[in-house]
Amino acid sequence: MGESGPFLHLALGSFLAGAIAGLGAWKRPSTARIAALGFALLGTLALAVAGGLALAFPTDVTWSLPLVTLFTCTLRLDPLSAWFILTLAILAFAVSVYSFGYLRPMERTRNLGALGFFYNCLLIGLTLVFTAADAFLFMSAWEVMAVSAFCLVAFEHEKAETRHAAVVYIIMSHAGTVMILAAFLLLAAFTSSMDFSSFHLAASELPPAEQGAVFLLFFAGFGVKAGIVPLHIWLPDAHPVAPSNVSALMSGIVIKSGIYGMARVFFDFYGPPPLWTGTVVLAVGVVTALVGVLYALQEHDLKRLLAYHSIENIGIIVMGFGAALMFRTLQHPNLAAIAMVGALFHTLNHAIFKGLLFLAAGGVVQNVGTRNMEEMGGLVRRMPGTAFFFLIGAIAISGLPPLNGFVSEWLTYQALLAGFGTTHSLTRLMFPISGALLALTAALAAACFVKAFGIPFLALPRSEAAANAQEAPLAMRAGMALLAAACLVLGLGATWVLPAFDPITQQALGVPVSPSLIAHGIALQAGSPQSGTVSTAGIALVFLVLAGTAVFLVHRRLRLVRVATGPAWDCGLPGLTADNEYTATAFSKPLRLIFSAFYRPRREIRPEYDVSPYYPSAIRFESGIEPTFEKRFYGPMKAWVFGLSRRMRAIQAGSIHAYLAYIFVTLILLLLFGVRQ
Amino acid sequence: MIAVFFTAVLQLLLLLTVAPLVSGLIKTLKARLQVRRGPGILQPYRDLRKLFLKGMVLPDTASWIFTATPYVVFAATAIAGLMIPMISAKAPLGLFGGVLAVVYLLGLGRFFLALAGLDTGSSFGGLGSSREMTIAALAEPAMMLAVFTVAIGANSTSLSEIAKVATSTTWHFLAPSQMLAFAALFLVLIAETGRIPVDNPATHLELTMIHEAMILEYSGPYLGLIEWGASMKQLLLMTLLINAFLPFGLHSKWSLGGVLISLVYLLMKLLVLAASIVLVETTNAKMRFFRVPDLLAMAFTLAALGLISTFLF
Repeated sequence: MGESGPFLHLALGSFLAGAIAGLGAWKRPSTARIAALGFALLGTLALAVAGGLALAFPTDVTWSLPLVTLFTCTLRLDPLSAWFILTLAILAFAVSVYSFGYLRPMERTRNLGALGFFYNCLLIGLTLVFTAADAFLFMSAWEVMAVSAFCLVAFEHEKAETRHAAVVYIIMSHAGTVMILAAFLLLAAFTSSMDFSSFHLAASELPPAEQGAVFLLFFAGFGVKAGIVPLHIWLPDAHPVAPSNVSALMSGIVIKSGIYGMARVFFDFYGPPPLWTGTVVLAVGVVTALVGVLYALQEHDLKRLLAYHSIENIGIIVMGFGAALMFRTLQHPNLAAIAMVGALFHTLNHAIFKGLLFLAAGGVVQNVGTRNMEEMGGLVRRMPGTAFFFLIGAIAISGLPPLNGFVSEWLTYQALLAGFGTTHSLTRLMFPISGALLALTAALAAACFVKAFGIPFLALPRSEAAANAQEAPLAMRAGMALLAAACLVLGLGATWVLPAFDPITQQALGVPVSPSLIAHGIALQAGSPQSGTVSTAGIALVFLVLAGTAVFLVHRRLRLVRVATGPAWDCGLPGLTADNEYTATAFSKPLRLIFSAFYRPRREIRPEYDVSPYYPSAIRFESGIEPTFEKRFYGPMKAWVFGLSRRMRAIQAGSIHAYLAYIFVTLILLLLFGVRQ
Repeated sequence: MIAVFFTAVLQLLLLLTVAPLVSGLIKTLKARLQVRRGPGILQPYRDLRKLFLKGMVLPDTASWIFTATPYVVFAATAIAGLMIPMISAKAPLGLFGGVLAVVYLLGLGRFFLALAGLDTGSSFGGLGSSREMTIAALAEPAMMLAVFTVAIGANSTSLSEIAKVATSTTWHFLAPSQMLAFAALFLVLIAETGRIPVDNPATHLELTMIHEAMILEYSGPYLGLIEWGASMKQLLLMTLLINAFLPFGLHSKWSLGGVLISLVYLLMKLLVLAASIVLVETTNAKMRFFRVPDLLAMAFTLAALGLISTFLF
């Protein structure tokens, strides 16, 4: 820690300075923007160095913050923390670069001082969540993160939609916090310490019932933040209404704090847990991935679509964790390492491509003035840079080779496949079935991103605003370019990046992962070269050679023939307009009908007549899908809570005598049950 | 290194030259079964030649995606073709990827084709893209589950390894899991290559098109590249099915004699497989689009049963 400590302190100091600068320059938006983002940039750079050093020279030293004296607040940068710190640093750096351009048009209309303040507070909260080494500091940082994220989500609070989303978010977030707190208290009561180092493997020594309870509390508590189904409902509301740079941070890294918590609990606090925990986590991951992508398919709000894809990708990550937990229990540390690396690598990859997609979407939304895809179209001509970066993100998130999403999904597949041989019980059927459902998820995601790129960016503009859109300013494109480059580097260079996981798996599972992951120095393998290899760099190289040859030959040919540009043929119908184009609603219609049992689609066609019922003057068409979770799960729960509180009102009679009686009874009860020992 | 290069070039040439032949074979067989004369086995070669000699019209609504797509489809399919064992159990680019990479490379080509369908702004293009992506999404889990059944049997996702295990004596094609997985993959092959009853490659009715609707606006050399890519995809999926399940006659080393014998066996097996595809095409009517999920659900069930049957036998 000796080397990385100063950089971590520098980063925290920088964020603090950024927050203060935001507050100080409250009245001067331009200064606030430049100062707050400048400090954020400096901080993320320092953070990247700290994370990189901690991964390169894994040392496991904790140290206390000099400022805090009342409680012991220790920070620790072990390899697992370092990985998340690095993820945070890469994403936040690109987002901050982007924000210079993105926030500029808001200077006149918005309070950028407040935005700068909460932006930096969020970064402080995240840094501390990933490095906190005791439960007290962790929970405090968790709340700093949750509250500053709430303030950022509510930034455009004059809209009712935004206020509603922010309130749902903060309620759900606190429900999660209560569960995490309960789990920590149960653990702390057992170890009589709040220190994470005393929790190491301690959870497995709890009595079985308590062990399961603590596990489920942690899983659900962190799951709320990560957005696992059915605790996800806040996510597709909250992420889109925030400013787009904040959406990128929320979907990219804030929900990953839940993933960090899970990793910490699953692989640090627990030794090999009971087998059922792994199966539960794997099953929840599969359901989360599928539900996320199915809702994304029917979403025509560009940013909500991306938010639902965050749920899908969290599902993929959680699947990796589930498989790793099962392998750990079944005594296959090498396989557990591959599954865990798949999940953690996907965490970084998702942060990068989802950040990229939100940044590009932000540029589009700022320009076109709507999040509705049906009013976009043809943007690839007016915003070529943004369109290109969005396409890179779309290819990466669809898990197509040779970009980074493919690598992490490949690792997850391989781990699931190898899982079949680890046990002889019926449980082993779970692995290939999960793999097949992962394939369904990935294919649906590809379909969804054909829509998400094709409808807004291709064909003819569907509205005046889309026809007059301007390319995003240089700073915004630079932020996107950084993340797009990261997609390429992590995809093509996977063979050279993945050995960075050695210290993490060494710490968590006791085996370095690279011997079972790198084949012949140039390809990835799963366990051994015989079990299957892949080389994204090799694929990219051969692809370039083959496509290059084809381009060369065809273009030589094309010089000899007439190449004309004309109106689209469209089966001989002249006069193609934007009204003829396929819409996002039409594109996803086949899947809406095929999965109608899940979506419960509703549609309403109402013709309006002037005179004769045979000649309608207008036809109104409405279609939608049923928000199942909100309606069938949260609706009744809300009704129940309200009913309960109405009945509770009876004991709040307003009589001082009654209240004194309550205090007395409580005291007696506490004396009876609380002071047993 | 040099050996890999030569085998890759050899297999690439084979892929490029045999692919149109298989398309022609299917067309001719189908015509004969329907008591027509048919255009002749060599017609796809003549079609390709004609397309590459022609000029072309680019729609003015299209962007660079439209131009890039033919190359992406062609190159991605060709790489996938180099990862499967064709005339030797050792695939030339086996190190660069196995069955998962093949599936995802085909997915990359499909992704761009669907984008190109949307790119022109023509409603038929969008219709084709939407249907193609829907069918592909539903075919994917069945395909993966069937592939997993094979991969689990061989304990590997490397196609060379699967073919090697398949050629060894311990392999039982008649094992229920293998037969069920084969049946599932055959259904997926029908869906993925756009054959009746899922799609009709010969249709001229725009509303029933799937694959053809996406490429409606292409002409000249670009259409040639896409058609060539499509026939390569068909060949490689057929070869995959053959060499994962019925690999007899496939030699495990690259040698002149071995390659020739393997090639003869491959062509004979392709003939049989093409004949069975033709039989399916001729005896079935094209399904309604919304019945296709049932077919793919059946494929998924078959694959799942194959997997479960490993417990029983």
